[in-house]
Amino acid sequence: MINWLANPARFGRFSARTLPWFGWGAAAVLAVGLYWSLVVAPADYQQGDTVRIMYIHVPAAWMALSVYFFIAVASAVALVWRHPFAEIAARAAAPIGAAFTLICLATGSLWGRPMWGAWWVWDARLTSVLILFFFYLGYIALVNAFDDPSRGGRAGSVLALVGIVNLPIIKFSVDWWNTLHQPASVVRIGGPSIALAMLVPLLIMAAGFCLFFVALLMLRMRTVLNERKAMALRVSAGTAALQTEPEPMPSMKTAAR
Amino acid sequence: MAAFGGLFWRDLRLALRQGGDTGLVLGFFVLAVILFPFGVGPEPAILRRIGAGIIWVAALLSALLSLDRLFESDYQDGGLDLLALSTLPLELAVLAKCAAHWMATGLPLALASPVLAIIVNLDLGEIGILTASLLIGTPALSLIGSVAAALTLGARRQGVVLSVLVLPLYVPPLILGAGAVEASMTGIGARAYLLVLGALSLAALALCPWASAAALRQAVE
Amino acid sequence: MCRWSPVYGCLAPTKLPQPHLIAEGLACRRGERLVFAGISFHLAPGEALLLTGANGSGKTSLLRLLATLIAPVAGKLLWGTVPVEADIAAYREQLHYIGHQDGVKLDLTPREILAFWTSLHGLAGSGATVHTEAALMAFALEGVADWPCRWLSAGQRKRLALARLIATPASIWLLDEPTSALDHDNQLRLEQAIVEHRASGGRVIVASHTPIGIADAARLSLDAFAPSSADLTAG
Repeated sequence: MINWLANPARFGRFSARTLPWFGWGAAAVLAVGLYWSLVVAPADYQQGDTVRIMYIHVPAAWMALSVYFFIAVASAVALVWRHPFAEIAARAAAPIGAAFTLICLATGSLWGRPMWGAWWVWDARLTSVLILFFFYLGYIALVNAFDDPSRGGRAGSVLALVGIVNLPIIKFSVDWWNTLHQPASVVRIGGPSIALAMLVPLLIMAAGFCLFFVALLMLRMRTVLNERKAMALRVSAGTAALQTEPEPMPSMKTAAR
Repeated sequence: MAAFGGLFWRDLRLALRQGGDTGLVLGFFVLAVILFPFGVGPEPAILRRIGAGIIWVAALLSALLSLDRLFESDYQDGGLDLLALSTLPLELAVLAKCAAHWMATGLPLALASPVLAIIVNLDLGEIGILTASLLIGTPALSLIGSVAAALTLGARRQGVVLSVLVLPLYVPPLILGAGAVEASMTGIGARAYLLVLGALSLAALALCPWASAAALRQAVE
Repeated sequence: MCRWSPVYGCLAPTKLPQPHLIAEGLACRRGERLVFAGISFHLAPGEALLLTGANGSGKTSLLRLLATLIAPVAGKLLWGTVPVEADIAAYREQLHYIGHQDGVKLDLTPREILAFWTSLHGLAGSGATVHTEAALMAFALEGVADWPCRWLSAGQRKRLALARLIATPASIWLLDEPTSALDHDNQLRLEQAIVEHRASGGRVIVASHTPIGIADAARLSLDAFAPSSADLTAG
């Protein structure tokens, strides 16, 4: 499936057909999810209505980690099979992942203020997610730092694989260290410990975020591919013009001066 | 083996002949530490509380300054092609260069730290722990930094991109190194911190040459 | 009693490996640009290949590809019957790549630099010293052998880079514009070195703008292998 899609022209046609579905689908699922989490779902017996931040905070955190994993896998593919498509996918996903991490940190901070009394604490989970955010920024800085974009893509691939060590640290930080952040309640051995009434809107929001990510990723990749096509056309037009252009007249040179 | 030794001694000889580098790094280290009493006030109790952290952060930043010369001159004059094509595996070449870099940068920093520790009012036992933590931790700094230095070869604004990449990676040694001194101050004992720091350096020794060599192969293409 | 040669001095001639170097359909991409496609040639021991072409046609890229610094986008490179990727270390041991840059560290002396280069090839101790002395004499660098390279002219540094060819034996010489910055005498020395290298079974691939005296060299013009504009839009 991936191989079939990896042809740019085919991807262009496929994404043109499916992008509206993903886009409107994401909007619909997010609308349903928001309504469910803000209105229908019960308030927490301890935290009251502030718990509703969770419905944005947790899916954003899941997306932040998953997008990084996606970038790492795409980078591995780019390095092993040297597929330029994989590099484009990784670069397109990075700002989206960074945005999700930022949302996770910001909503977490807003949640932490009423719960813990502090906007920020330096516990293991928060620190490792902050470092993930800087990893995203570093990745984006590195791939854009080279005059030759393919060199930037290759360097970024190596960096993404180096940073993969951070993911297990983030996931298990709440288990390995005594942290203020609560331990895992959904993805854990023994099944979720969260109430079903809260789990369902959480999963709907997560699905909505996923669809949103896919839609945005496809849009960004289409843009990059169109840019490249435009560049290739410009280059070939330029080469053709160079071959047919007559010698400039000496008078034109003196006139220009 | 001859190739590994040849590269190590060549880099060390170059670092010594270009003398200025070690001096600059030490100078920056001292200046950075001295700035803090001006910023937070000269009260001994406060300086003692944050002293280990200040010295570790200053050591990190000084190590950061010297990183871009690790591969840059070889990249500029074509020596990197030679290393890529030699019988010495590129991973070992990276290791030799990192070892020479550590001897010219990390080791002087660690040896200069007792003097600075006196400025921030650490007592004798803590100075010992601090020096030990720097001796154990600075190899990790050179190795982790080599990955970022290799990745940013040929980039625009190499220094800035290098800093953005390497500082998040430097956080674990920083936490462990400064934490070791703090643990000894509060009586918990620094042994656990120093052991984990040692483990970190060993892990860096095993993993970083592979990442750096992969990045260098990209740079040479 | 040594058989004295003007280039190698008393250095005993090494028997160089015999396999043919075979390229089939090599194509190279630099960044987003396809530089050339479909290059094939066959180089037996003792043969020479001269690369010509306009600026940007890919002479340096082809040499770097043959030196395995760049991976080809298409095509195969064979050392005898074995693809080069199958045993890349053995192939690299048999080549010298001298590019545009001289790889010379300004704070070291030529003797130290040559000693380092020979150690990279696994030679050390007195055996290495014989080789470095022969290399220095081959390009008339004995006089400046203990000066810091900072004091050498660009031509002298180029000669030092070329001295590497003599210091360690290798079957394939890949030379990119070797005569740039060389005066007439030293160009003659290089040509003589090439003659002796080919006589002992080595092979040479040279990219050069300026005329260089290599007898019976096959010519490969890279302009003939540039991609058409159709290839550019499809890629």
